[in-house]
Amino acid sequence: MRVRIRFHKKGKIRFTSHRDVARIWERAFRRASIGVAYSQGFSPRQKLSFGLALSTGYESEAEFLEVDLVDDRFCDEGIWMDGGGSHVGTTLAETLSDVLPVGIDVVAVAPVEKGDSLQQAVVACTWAIEVDNIGLSDAEGWVADVLSRSKIVVERERKGKPVVEDLRPQVHALGVTGATATGVRLLADLGTQPRALRPSELLVAVDPPLAARTVCRMHQWMSQGVDREEPLMAPVSPAPPAWVSA
Amino acid sequence: MSALWPQLERVLSEVQKPARYIGCEDGMTIPDHHPDAVAWLLLYPDTYEVGLPNQGLQILYEILNERPDAVAERSYAPWTDMAEVLRREGLPLFSVDTHRAAGDFDVLAFNLSAELVFTNVLECVDLAGIPVRTADRTDDDPLVMVGGHCAYNPEPLADFVDAAVLGDGEEVVGEITEVLAAWKAAGGGRRSDLHRLLATVTGVYVPSLYEATFASGRLTKVAPAPESVEAVEVVEKRTVADLAEWPYPKQQLVPVTEVVHDRLNVEVFRGCTRGCRFCQAGMITRPVRERPADQVRTMVAEGLRRTGYDEVALTSLSTADFSGIEQVVAETIADDACGQVSVSLPSLRVDAFTVGIAAEIQKARRTGLTFAPEAGTWRMRQVINKLIREEDLYAAVEAAYSQGWRRVKLYFLTGLPTETDEDTLGILRMARRCVEVGRQHLHNPSVTVSVGGFVPKPFTPFQWFGQNTEIELRRKVGLLRDELKRDTKGYRGVQLKWHDPKATAIEGLLSRGDRRLGPVIEDVWRSGGVFQEWGEHFNLELWMAALERQGLTLEEMVYRHRVEDEAFAWDHLSAGLHRDFLWQDWRDALESVGLEDCRWTPCYDCGACTGYGIEHVVASAVPPAGGSQGTGQDLATGGEVPVLLTAGPARRKTMPVVRV
Repeated sequence: MRVRIRFHKKGKIRFTSHRDVARIWERAFRRASIGVAYSQGFSPRQKLSFGLALSTGYESEAEFLEVDLVDDRFCDEGIWMDGGGSHVGTTLAETLSDVLPVGIDVVAVAPVEKGDSLQQAVVACTWAIEVDNIGLSDAEGWVADVLSRSKIVVERERKGKPVVEDLRPQVHALGVTGATATGVRLLADLGTQPRALRPSELLVAVDPPLAARTVCRMHQWMSQGVDREEPLMAPVSPAPPAWVSA
Repeated sequence: MSALWPQLERVLSEVQKPARYIGCEDGMTIPDHHPDAVAWLLLYPDTYEVGLPNQGLQILYEILNERPDAVAERSYAPWTDMAEVLRREGLPLFSVDTHRAAGDFDVLAFNLSAELVFTNVLECVDLAGIPVRTADRTDDDPLVMVGGHCAYNPEPLADFVDAAVLGDGEEVVGEITEVLAAWKAAGGGRRSDLHRLLATVTGVYVPSLYEATFASGRLTKVAPAPESVEAVEVVEKRTVADLAEWPYPKQQLVPVTEVVHDRLNVEVFRGCTRGCRFCQAGMITRPVRERPADQVRTMVAEGLRRTGYDEVALTSLSTADFSGIEQVVAETIADDACGQVSVSLPSLRVDAFTVGIAAEIQKARRTGLTFAPEAGTWRMRQVINKLIREEDLYAAVEAAYSQGWRRVKLYFLTGLPTETDEDTLGILRMARRCVEVGRQHLHNPSVTVSVGGFVPKPFTPFQWFGQNTEIELRRKVGLLRDELKRDTKGYRGVQLKWHDPKATAIEGLLSRGDRRLGPVIEDVWRSGGVFQEWGEHFNLELWMAALERQGLTLEEMVYRHRVEDEAFAWDHLSAGLHRDFLWQDWRDALESVGLEDCRWTPCYDCGACTGYGIEHVVASAVPPAGGSQGTGQDLATGGEVPVLLTAGPARRKTMPVVRV
């Protein structure tokens, strides 16, 4: 049975890489003695699949993982269907959280049909970005500048060759949500297809370049529009966005 | 979270691999610092990835944290980018456990596993905000201590360390803690008085209490200074008599980022009496102390369950020699609770029996097996007392290829005492024969030959030997390369790798050096020479310039043969081994006389047991099954190649015929 898991990555552990996190999960399933399907072949591996990679150093409230369980405690579809799902999910989440490092916490679990990979299914992410050394009005001016442009052309290197790319279509929404002790907080919806735009890339693409103190992925979206959905909702739904839409 | 984390987290995005600096390991302790507890910072002077798995450091970390009068945290050498950021931001070196400033600890205790890390010790002390020279430290500065294998000759570091600890650390860290706790409780005092107190602990050497004297450019003696009444003439090493009493680490640290040896490690025995004459570890860790098999099984099963690892290494200097190794391995694999586990034996003995065990445990992923014959001819192996007969090697290789392994790696040393060019070239002769053995089973077998330059070490029979010069080692590597080129077809399947002879020269300098190297090490460090064990950072020119400024030469310090009664920099320290035993073994080596393993034969009185009133702890009174390396074997025929190559499977039209 395939189960989708939503987890947070916060605090010190955010400095681990995507690959590190995958290894942490492999050990967690073994430590919790949760039966996981293995691949066939010479070096059998657990059947785990992760969504979009998160840059090392970014926090997240919306990381996803799919795992094929072969564990009797969780594999009876009946329990998930007839209202026992929340109980089973809680057990699974708690069992895993116990063996995961501080900062990686399971917040939601649900069985899913086998389908598209998470990486293909997600079209945009919402990011909370804290920027230091900038006032509210300057930040609002910067955001307005970004949103007013029809193109944001950058040149970057890809496989050793320079490529020119327009970032603007990937900026689905951007706004200033408030002041922090040392600067401001931005919220951004950035597209992920065909290539995910990283907050740090956007911040330096328009003058004056901004530097993020912290970045946190808040959501991953599988569609656009008002009824857009996440791969798995966190138990408490986020408040609807009250910020400028592009 | 301590005061430093907020400042550190702001700069971590600037450095490579920031996960090196966050701690967060499973098994980590968040200690409760209080004024009565002696605060130890255990340091490994290399990167986190290399240092984290170190078992010695993890054992002491647990033992100290279990004590009510001590707390322990860990730190590793920050990579050059991080060191730069720390200096720029005015931040000190910190522990990874709670990100506490290194200067806030009572002791900085370094594990020294290799000589080339010495400059990193200075780098860490300096980043901690502590004067690098002991003489410049105030009464309030933390103590700087070293332990581990390279602490057996701490003289090159004598200017920089308050104390060096010899031997097993399990017991002595407690005794040192008690001295320091009493010192703190009494309100402290002068650093020199603390030095005197430390010198009363057996196994603790305090360099400042000793004087080195020189005559005509040579060391004549290291002895207690006239006023150092507490200093003993000879500092003896510490030895834990029974490993069963020390089932550590109980909570092996599981890192959140990838490290070397990223698996569960269970030490199955300590010490080795095979008697390989080049091997310092085998000499200084005597006698053999096996862990009871039941305890091994428990540590493996509990460790796997707790850590979530799917691989366990049974560690020792020669794990196939563990009494009942077959059974332990079989039971580990059969234990359902452990799941799909692979077992690794990091130091394989060279024989078919060993490969049999390897086959037992490595059902899948049979890619490469590594053996260390160390020398290419039987005569040479008699000199070094690694009595591997050719037939044992080929039987091992035959077993490996026939059971599905595709690559064999062979470790050799060059620059050994009495080595001739024929001996050096014997390396390739053996490798070529191994490929031929492989062709019986595989279309394209591969044999990788890895050649390291020999560095004579203190407390070994070869401590008198003049190390081969860098030029000579380079010539020998050249000899091997030319031979491969001469007959590329004949050597198809043989790959050659070698260790940089320049680095070997400096390892030799530090290995047997004396106090005159203090200014050299400091000079190299001040010139930016850190991470010298990393090829990308090693810089011979820095060392040569520093030596020249001190009026020292590699010829005198490294390449020169030493005479029988010559003073060594470590004569006032003892690993238990009698000097006359080592001298006799050196004479035997020069006459190609081998010496059997004393585990199963009468005692040679080397001193390691008799001197300390301890003995081998070995479950089996007889040598292990299939025991190669001289034990119970007819050694008259060691160099002969037996008729073992029978016709292999079909497919090849022409079978290689191996002549005997």
